[in-house]
Amino acid sequence: MSTETAQASVKQAEPLLSKRRRKFISDPLVDNNPITIQVLGICSALAVTTQLQPTLVMAISVIFVMVMANLTISLLRNAIPSRVRIIVQLAVIASLVTLVNEVLKAFAFDMYKELSVFVGLIITNCIVMGRLEAFALGNKPYDSILDGFGSALGYAWIILAVAFFRELLGSGSVFGVQIYDAISGLFGEGFSLATNGLMVSPVGAFIILGLIIWVQRTKTGYVEH
Amino acid sequence: MELVNLAVKSIFIDNMVFAYFLGMCSFLAVSKKVSTALGLGAAVIFVLSVTAPTNWLLNEYILKEGALAWAGPTFATVDLSFLRFIMFIAVIAAMVQLVEMIVEKFAPALYGALGIFLPLIAVNCAILGGSLFMAQRDYTIAEATVYGFGSGVGFFLAMVALAAIREKLKYSNVPDGLKGLGITMLITGLMGIAFMSFMGIDL
Repeated sequence: MSTETAQASVKQAEPLLSKRRRKFISDPLVDNNPITIQVLGICSALAVTTQLQPTLVMAISVIFVMVMANLTISLLRNAIPSRVRIIVQLAVIASLVTLVNEVLKAFAFDMYKELSVFVGLIITNCIVMGRLEAFALGNKPYDSILDGFGSALGYAWIILAVAFFRELLGSGSVFGVQIYDAISGLFGEGFSLATNGLMVSPVGAFIILGLIIWVQRTKTGYVEH
Repeated sequence: MELVNLAVKSIFIDNMVFAYFLGMCSFLAVSKKVSTALGLGAAVIFVLSVTAPTNWLLNEYILKEGALAWAGPTFATVDLSFLRFIMFIAVIAAMVQLVEMIVEKFAPALYGALGIFLPLIAVNCAILGGSLFMAQRDYTIAEATVYGFGSGVGFFLAMVALAAIREKLKYSNVPDGLKGLGITMLITGLMGIAFMSFMGIDL
């Protein structure tokens, strides 16, 4: 009896951000990044990344959906029969994405138009599904929230990095602020930096992501066989 | 003629993979061998050409604003379009389940080779994307069917082509960090450039 209470108190004593829990957040950022190492969620990663602003909105939406979906599934984990779990997961994700979509439609209509179907496609973002399947189904709610947050952050920084390069090289701006024009202005008449149209097209996204993966994997020393 | 144009457009110009980045997960993961790529590609064509018209009917007669008018005047102003995501994904999941059962019964070898990626067609963005684009662009049912089929064929072509390149790639010396996903992304980019040449075609 006394050992049980002792164990319980030890469990309670685990700090809100213990080393183990910090790992849930830090791991997916670099060592086990959902995009560059696990190859998940590429679909929506590339489609919205021509400009930084929609990418940021997308990243925030994914963070919200992942944290809430992980929490919901984790709370329901003992009530879901394993046969129908995929449908249950899809229903939970689809409801959350609908929520995000309606909020965007109400408060940021321009952004809603610009992202068009890609908000809906968060449903089929493999990262969300993958974390629900691999983590939330077998872990406690608080840990699941952290795990979802970590993976979503890992996803967010990669798509923001891709968007940064694509917007800078493709449109010569960062968050809509013209950088190329400002630089050209410094050098006076007749000097101008050319933007690269290829970067705005899908091709640019593939190549930039390929290069980011190269750099990142060379740093972490991860080799795929 | 309109329909032929739409088919050509959805296969080459608005290719699911190269123009919209849809279905990348299975595109990258299953494109290691041509034979598996062929199997999965065929399954995607089938699922897309079935789900697009099914979802069209669902959208037209149940979900759209005023679509429920057939049920009586009280429903004439009901707008259920916010339910679109959930309904579409439910139809897709059901269809994928069906395909899975058919493949398991008639082509067990293929079933084994595709493994987890067959059920994952349900979360293949290309399928849901096809339905969402179809709803957004207000296609008729004939156009929706052709669009679904065309997008499927486009995905199929892209995947088989990539698989063929990757089979040859085994014999080349790729830097460690680029092995696997990295070099595949670069190849996809180069293939995208080739597909961009279709963009000038005005249909």
